[in-house]
Amino acid sequence: MSSALSIRQLTKTYGNGFQALKGIDLDVAEGDFFALLGPNGAGKSTTIGILSTLVNKTSGTVNVFGHDLDKEPYALKRCLGVVPQEFNFNQFEKVFDIVVTQAGYYGIPSKLAKERAEEYLNQLGLWDKRNSASRELSGGMKRRLMIARALVHRPRLLILDEPTAGVDIELRRSMWSFLTELNQKGITIILTTHYLEEAEQLCRNIGIIDHGRIVENTSMRELLKKLHVETFVLDLKESLLIEPQLEGYPARLLDSHTLEVQVEKHLGITELFRQLAAQHIEVFSLRNKTNRLEELFVSLVEQNLAKVAK
Amino acid sequence: MSSELRPNLIALQTIVVREVRRFLRIWPQTLLPPAITMVLYFVIFGRLIGSRIGEMDGFTYMEFIVPGLIMMSVITNAYGNVVSSFFGSKFQRSIEELLVSPVSAHIILIGYVVGGILRGLAVAAIVTMLSLFFTDLSVHHLGVTVLVIALAATIFSLGGFINAVYARNFDDISIIPTFVLTPLTYLGGVFYSIHLLPGFWQALSMANPILHMVNAFRYGILGVSDINIGTAIAFMLAATAVLYVYCIRLLVSGRGMRQ
Repeated sequence: MSSALSIRQLTKTYGNGFQALKGIDLDVAEGDFFALLGPNGAGKSTTIGILSTLVNKTSGTVNVFGHDLDKEPYALKRCLGVVPQEFNFNQFEKVFDIVVTQAGYYGIPSKLAKERAEEYLNQLGLWDKRNSASRELSGGMKRRLMIARALVHRPRLLILDEPTAGVDIELRRSMWSFLTELNQKGITIILTTHYLEEAEQLCRNIGIIDHGRIVENTSMRELLKKLHVETFVLDLKESLLIEPQLEGYPARLLDSHTLEVQVEKHLGITELFRQLAAQHIEVFSLRNKTNRLEELFVSLVEQNLAKVAK
Repeated sequence: MSSELRPNLIALQTIVVREVRRFLRIWPQTLLPPAITMVLYFVIFGRLIGSRIGEMDGFTYMEFIVPGLIMMSVITNAYGNVVSSFFGSKFQRSIEELLVSPVSAHIILIGYVVGGILRGLAVAAIVTMLSLFFTDLSVHHLGVTVLVIALAATIFSLGGFINAVYARNFDDISIIPTFVLTPLTYLGGVFYSIHLLPGFWQALSMANPILHMVNAFRYGILGVSDINIGTAIAFMLAATAVLYVYCIRLLVSGRGMRQ
């Protein structure tokens, strides 16, 4: 499969001397749904800023569908749709005009631009708001407007920088299914998010960036295999006063009816339940303490932090 | 039409349409104030005070000040349109819509400048029509009139663009109009002929670029001028070229727009 994005030795040092990117290499295949994760200040937004030409790189190369950022910036931009983290449209313009105007910037004739604006505003549930000034929209609507705007020139690569930040669960799930449909139609998607459940559900491949370096770049499945310990929370039928002794399973009581247990992957949970049953402890329900990817993400970032500290 | 030219022309048209839509949408802030201000100038300076002043350069005082007041409106509005629109885009970050698009720096700049020119010309048309209620106006040299007004609108649109690029807050976009443009316009021969000034002040006035624009425009309308028309037009052409190149360099560098 050909490459949608190829980054080599990308560095960025800001005017104040802060080195945001320290030579990252990253590849995203055409048709992929790729998660770019990292803690705040890791370099995600800088990377996206460079791709969208809003940030000037210090060195390195960026290639989108074979178009080099330095040699063919306009061809690269035509392949790219960007949904930024912050709202960046004119607050006084009408929703419909914002989308049609953006199409015009890409050289799309007015009639076609209006047809596409109608198509995407309908798909994103904003058609009824087409004549409203954008400042009158709710936060979730504004995010959807930015997605419609980014799609109007039919990009082959769509980059979304935390598109569901501050969006309620129902809307977030409808945006997930919309993005999944787009990906199934062949659009390559790169997503940054703080909701790791979102990344795990949507993305096939993942890159983790921390302190300006890529610390992991693999498939979601391979990454999750690295998770050696999972933490489960058990809701108990009857109260306990002291923690039960569970061989091989470190446990602690969160309250009299809630037990937190760490389960090493090779041990599994069947043995845990056997030991609990032997001690006449009945369990109502069981859930992960955190999302699996979140647990792994935290451990990777902590490992990297320790390396950086050394 | 070449494959690159058509998208660029559509992008240019899009920027211009957006700019025109903006100043028409907020017409009480853009088109109405210069109309009211100029009517007050016509009534107070032209009619009430002008009737006591008598003739200037062979014309009634009202006839004498009309070209200068039209030029003053063009200068203020062309500059104001670009500085407020471009700075507003930076402030709201909607300039990023343009920067991420495959639009060249030339198209962006020409789009904003044409927006400024069109607002300048729209206000000039309004002020000219209003002036007809106070005096008869005939055009002495149409070519010079059109060329000078177009060049002046272009120069001040480019000036507004530079101001907007450097501006970091709303105060920064009002400093130049208040402390530079307004004094230079008032001292630029709008209300008087520099022949009324003592020698030193006449010579000093010649360093005021707006004096040359006002007089060149007055020549186009009335056929009289305090300065050499050829020099004024050459100066305006040179200023347009220099400012254009400077604006393009600012845009390409991404100053105040890209990190």
